[in-house]
Amino acid sequence: MDIKSLYREIVNEHNLHPTHKHDLQNPTMVLNGVNPSCGDDINLQLLIKDGRIADAAFNGSGCAVSQASADMMCDLVIGKDEREAAHLADIFMRMIKGKVTDEEKEELDEAASLEDVAHMPARVKCATLGWRTVKEMIDDLQKNGLKDGKVVANNSEVCGACSNASCDRK
Amino acid sequence: MSENIFRRDFPIFQGNNTVYFDNAATTQRPVQVLEAMKQFNDTTNANPLRGLYKWSMEATEAYENARHAAAEFIGAEKDCEIIFTRNTTESLNLVAYSYGLSHVKAGDEIVLTVMEHHSNILPWQMVARQTGAKLVYMEPQPDGTITDEEIESKITDKAAIVTVAEVSNVLGVTNPVKKIAEAAHRHGAVCVVDGAQSTPHMPVNVQEIGCDFFAFSGHKLMGPMGIGVLYGKIDLLDDMPPFLTGGEMIEYVTRESATFAEVPEKFEAGTVNAMGAVGLSAAITYLKNVGFDTVMKTEKDLTTRLMDGLSRIPEVTVYGSKDPARHCGIVTFNIEGCHPHDVASVLDTENICVRAGHHCAQPLMKWLGVNATARASLYFYNTEEEVDRFVDAVGKVRGWLGY
Repeated sequence: MDIKSLYREIVNEHNLHPTHKHDLQNPTMVLNGVNPSCGDDINLQLLIKDGRIADAAFNGSGCAVSQASADMMCDLVIGKDEREAAHLADIFMRMIKGKVTDEEKEELDEAASLEDVAHMPARVKCATLGWRTVKEMIDDLQKNGLKDGKVVANNSEVCGACSNASCDRK
Repeated sequence: MSENIFRRDFPIFQGNNTVYFDNAATTQRPVQVLEAMKQFNDTTNANPLRGLYKWSMEATEAYENARHAAAEFIGAEKDCEIIFTRNTTESLNLVAYSYGLSHVKAGDEIVLTVMEHHSNILPWQMVARQTGAKLVYMEPQPDGTITDEEIESKITDKAAIVTVAEVSNVLGVTNPVKKIAEAAHRHGAVCVVDGAQSTPHMPVNVQEIGCDFFAFSGHKLMGPMGIGVLYGKIDLLDDMPPFLTGGEMIEYVTRESATFAEVPEKFEAGTVNAMGAVGLSAAITYLKNVGFDTVMKTEKDLTTRLMDGLSRIPEVTVYGSKDPARHCGIVTFNIEGCHPHDVASVLDTENICVRAGHHCAQPLMKWLGVNATARASLYFYNTEEEVDRFVDAVGKVRGWLGY
């Protein structure tokens, strides 16, 4: 698929009308994900309940590919437990490297449509930003658990345009 | 539309319809440059400056002729004031590490502009950190102009170094380098000029500017990548410590110490990029044959056409001056609702090459109040037809992105 069709068929809808681009009321985890070289900047928020991602949302700014991919990622991980979400992130990363089976791709549902980004080296970072961020949050969760029911992790030097009051970088 | 007679000299333009509008990043090379390098490679290649045999002596001669060509190109008084480097970045680092660290003291000020390329910011941040000096930024007007008042208020007796890009790689605006150099000298500072974006587009004379250092890259004016120039006034260069040390830059070496060669060899440690210098020299010759009158007229006409075209698309914002003549072929823009990376990606599917991002000028992006921009940058070998294709495609971008 060339990039224009990719935009037309998948990316534009998620970019212009995202389902999950908003702030959560009471996130248990918040993390900024940044692509410093292009200025993509998302603030990913998870609500973890009983080891499951009860809700996920993001805010921030960036190119259509980064925003659409984050939106699709949120769609997929909601309702999943830590292990399942990490598994999906792993498949997505491998798909972008062109190392994935058809069965695995099916697990990614609509996010599998970003497969052709593998042939667009300049856009790989955009497509993987949301997934890299959620993976980091899950790793952190698995390593450290929730302290006082809440973890505010942060990996970014620069805080972007997020409007989340609970972000400790503000 | 008139044919551009220069295009036939560029192998990369043959047999395709790619619109190359990323000339501020790097330019394309004419066959004359490639042939000069091939000639060097095929007839005289040897390690210059050392050999006592024919090929090496001829390689040395070719390298020194290139130095002379570079000196003449920017109006340096002496050939030895030309130091070959890899690029503008290395040239500016050489000044920062060698002159900066040995001359700047705590409490001094290093004055620069907010529109500098990162390569003329980071080396000075390093000098400021290591010496305890302070960075002072000159701020432009909304159209990119640095006013006399700004120059006079920011350059004071505390200034040790004043550094400025002659042409901004984002706004395309030409800065008043002569006035800035004059103000720097009046306050006892040295003046460094980043000529990466000016040398391809306009005649430059370092003595007329009055600057102490001047840096430019070969690849931005049709030369090969990997060869750049630092001009420095000989009195300053003589007095500076070496930047890199090693072969080719010594007089005597004992187990514990060494004495250094004269300028410029003092600053050219290791085997030099002679073939690159030969290519640069051929590029300078090519540029002279085209003539800066032609370069400037073509760029002004094309930029006018391009900015007129963009002004008819309501969602497009162009940054910098409204006057196309003040853009040096560089037109930085945004399309409402569209991230510049998406813009560049869809233009690529139309075989149109533009740059998107922060253009290594994040402080300027912040000043403009944007995260990133798209940039079309022209050169004299571009055509009206290409400009029209570009404008037409930009008009369609929002549609492609779902608006």
